[in-house]
Amino acid sequence: MDIEQWFYSLPVRLRSLFHPHQMERELTEEVREHLDQQIRDNVAKGMSPEEARYSAMRAFGGITQIEQQCREVRGSALPDDFARDLRFGFRQLYRCPGFSALAILCLTLGIGANTAVFSWVEGILFRPYPMVAHQERLFALAATVQGESRPDMLSWPDFLDLRRSCTLCEDSFVSKITGSTLNIGDHAEVTTGSLVSANYFEAIALHPILGRAFEPGEDVGNGAHPVVVISYQMWRNRFKGDPEVIGKVQRLNNVPHTIIGVAPEGFYGTFVGRAIQFWVPVSMQGTFDSGGYKLEDRGARWIEAYVHLKPGVSRAQAQQQISTIAARLQKDYPATNRGRSIGLWALWQTPFNHAGELLPTLEVMVAVVGFVLLIACANVGNLLLVRSFIRRHEMCVRLAIGATGSRLLQQLLIEGLILSVLGTAGGFLMAYWCRHLLVRLLPVREGEAMYLPGTIDGRVMMLGAGICLLVTLIVGLVPAFQIRKLDLAGSLKTESSGVVGGRGKARMRSGLVVFQICLSFILLVAGALLLESLQRIRTTNPGFSTTSVAVTGVSLVASGYDVPRSKIFQDELLDRLSVLSGIQSTAFAAVTPLGYATFSSTPIAADGYQAPLEEQLEVEYNQVSPNYFATLGIPLLSGREFTRSDDENAPLVAIVNRTMVMRYWRGEDPLGRRVQVKGRWARVVGVAADSKYESMRETARPFFYVPLRQDFVRDPDLNIRTTQSLQNTLAAVLREVHALDQDLALYGMSTLQEQVNRANSPQLVAVTLVLTLGGLALLLAAVGLYGVMSYAVAQSTRELGLRMALGADAANLLRLVISRGLRLTAGGVLFGTVAALAVTRLLGQLLYNVSPHDPLVFGLALAVMTTTAIFASLLPAWRASRTDPARVLRE
Amino acid sequence: MSKPSDLVQGTLDMLVLKILALQPLNGWAISQRLKQISSHVLGVSDGSLYPALHKLEHRGWIRAQWKASENNRLTKCYSLTRLGRKQLEKETANWNRVSAAISGIVRLEEA
Repeated sequence: MDIEQWFYSLPVRLRSLFHPHQMERELTEEVREHLDQQIRDNVAKGMSPEEARYSAMRAFGGITQIEQQCREVRGSALPDDFARDLRFGFRQLYRCPGFSALAILCLTLGIGANTAVFSWVEGILFRPYPMVAHQERLFALAATVQGESRPDMLSWPDFLDLRRSCTLCEDSFVSKITGSTLNIGDHAEVTTGSLVSANYFEAIALHPILGRAFEPGEDVGNGAHPVVVISYQMWRNRFKGDPEVIGKVQRLNNVPHTIIGVAPEGFYGTFVGRAIQFWVPVSMQGTFDSGGYKLEDRGARWIEAYVHLKPGVSRAQAQQQISTIAARLQKDYPATNRGRSIGLWALWQTPFNHAGELLPTLEVMVAVVGFVLLIACANVGNLLLVRSFIRRHEMCVRLAIGATGSRLLQQLLIEGLILSVLGTAGGFLMAYWCRHLLVRLLPVREGEAMYLPGTIDGRVMMLGAGICLLVTLIVGLVPAFQIRKLDLAGSLKTESSGVVGGRGKARMRSGLVVFQICLSFILLVAGALLLESLQRIRTTNPGFSTTSVAVTGVSLVASGYDVPRSKIFQDELLDRLSVLSGIQSTAFAAVTPLGYATFSSTPIAADGYQAPLEEQLEVEYNQVSPNYFATLGIPLLSGREFTRSDDENAPLVAIVNRTMVMRYWRGEDPLGRRVQVKGRWARVVGVAADSKYESMRETARPFFYVPLRQDFVRDPDLNIRTTQSLQNTLAAVLREVHALDQDLALYGMSTLQEQVNRANSPQLVAVTLVLTLGGLALLLAAVGLYGVMSYAVAQSTRELGLRMALGADAANLLRLVISRGLRLTAGGVLFGTVAALAVTRLLGQLLYNVSPHDPLVFGLALAVMTTTAIFASLLPAWRASRTDPARVLRE
Repeated sequence: MSKPSDLVQGTLDMLVLKILALQPLNGWAISQRLKQISSHVLGVSDGSLYPALHKLEHRGWIRAQWKASENNRLTKCYSLTRLGRKQLEKETANWNRVSAAISGIVRLEEA
């Protein structure tokens, strides 16, 4: 069938392929139409209707048979050649099951890894929020501060001004992650919720399945609208799917909230990494924030906001307008807004959720799986090359009896297509199984629903199909390349024998192996660098002791304690715990380092430090009780700890860290100097050593502490230095808490070490995945090398026999083959080193205290690669050394 | 009701192409024309025309379209494609050559 004919018949073929039922109906219709016409004709000729009908049927013949013949004619919907090639291709695969299985396995791993990682990227970065409308126009809003690299939050008044003035924005809304304590027996649990602007559900075009969404105005007034929309999950689990739930009251942080709506199933809110369980209007912010009511405070920055741009508006245009608005705000409110602007972030760069944290890991993943795919393709290409060599004879016969080159190419491409389609199918399965893998790898805090799905949607499938096509081309064209060079006359004669490592024909295969080794070497180096970083992070001193300190909390807020009661309770509990045996020291702190909660920050001024005009000093601080430094094991460099007498009636005091001393007092002893915190002056009474505050990878930064009593929060964490096991400690603390108040509950307890591990989880995930995939790549490369070497040995038995006959012993031949394998490896490692030196820089953020060019790591990778290469060539070499010269030379 | 023999089948294809070269027709009309032209010599049933039509359509030589007939009923109307016209020319030339040769041979025997 030539191209033109194929083209002309394409429509009808496609129709019979895709609309078989319609074709069937048309056939029936056509036959009926014929008979009707014949009957009319017969009647016109004077027959009776009955007679006309019989005559027409007789003349037509057996309707069923004829219809069946018509079906047979269009039966093969695919072009004949294609169908034939397909059948032939399958037969070929079936004939060498080992080859086929290996090739398909390689492709499954390569394509599966890619699809899985893209499904994560899709689910986390591009469409992170299921059921939210118009995510392609959705951007995150955050403040940028002059001189600070990290973006900051917005304040509510700034947000309102922005919303009023931004004409390029369709709508903007607030969704601030928060938590509420729900007591379950004597166990308290934090449930994740969201403080949202009243337009939230309207803006994301989501309708509650029960009840209503928020009404305009419900986000105004301090504590004026205690209403809540609950998640489907919460409705199911906590309210047992009660259809009458609307109007019921749920206490959130001990404030009764009326349930007004239930969100649909599958909606998890707008915070990457977390499944939000309830939504309350921002007017209730004071209930959920220990820092008090902030809606009228332009200096209080706590808002996570999003904006939908109008259709057709570019990010740059919108950013320009927003910057103008921010500049006006700076001018109008210099006291709070000096040096601050507002920025738009793409969803995948959202500064205030887990997306940004996972971004470097995902970037590395995408690169790594790309490598694995290339290695897999190289491997399959290699396998196909071997086979094309074996099938050279077949190809030559085909050419000799008149097949055109394009015909052979088509056949090879179809064989490639079969392989890649099967590989892709396997890959999709693998991706489907792995879609939740990322969540599994990340440690989760008890009671907090994690939501980090991979989404296998249309786009991921498209990508998979794209990869499949690409692979088809690669694996199909590699052998085709070989065919182009077929020399008919030469090849139909018997094969010439090769010499180990010396033949041009093998150059392409060797090239592929070098390529594979090069790529796997890069992965090895990357994996080793990440592993080394993780090791360094783990051995880095966080500045406090992690092993013997447990962290928990008491549900004071949820149980309705006000500030005076909380103060009394905290003191009493500390007194009771201090006399328990096994507990060395206890302290309250507003925030535990390396946890999820963020520290408060405040603009400060310091005695004797003249700030540059544009610089607004914002320093983070923690509110801690007496004994905090002793409990966490943070050394005090000078001065004293806070004591009970540093209470609300005493003069304000503060303890600063070493970096703060270096930055603001040029290293001079600051005792007796003052810092201004939230507008009030506090006297420095001590200097603490630097420690890690939010991440193990952070560099030393200014930080200070104030007494909990002088900047009170009702729900601080309780830190306990203990020699007992976690369980015993928990039981002891619970006993003491219940002795004071039976109604109180404790949060789950963890050690500081667990918090540290959690903070390191992105590194852990990266290391696990890169090493797994790196190991996979190494295995594939070893298989490739093994294949090339065995083939070379098999091809050159005559040469080997000759060498033996001339006096080479087994050891000589062993060396010959292994050195050939090592030569290929050396080539791969050489290219790999050059490439790795260039690309490991991209690991950037994931590396910690390790140079991307660390010679030790490169050496290690080299050692692993060389060992693998020796093992891969060992078996072929052994086979070579067993050559029987007498037999070989006779043949 | 028998399936037309191979020889007749080949001839049938050509005849159908020839008929359609004159004007687009539906299946019934083609069968009527076949009977007129071949004076029932081919001896095939009306129905066996249809597999032939479908085959020709599948080869891209003819094209089918649903059209309203004069009495406003939808009827499947076949017409020749450009490719079909080429095919017809080819087959006609071939036929002429073969039939000339065959009649030459037949005359030779009679002589």
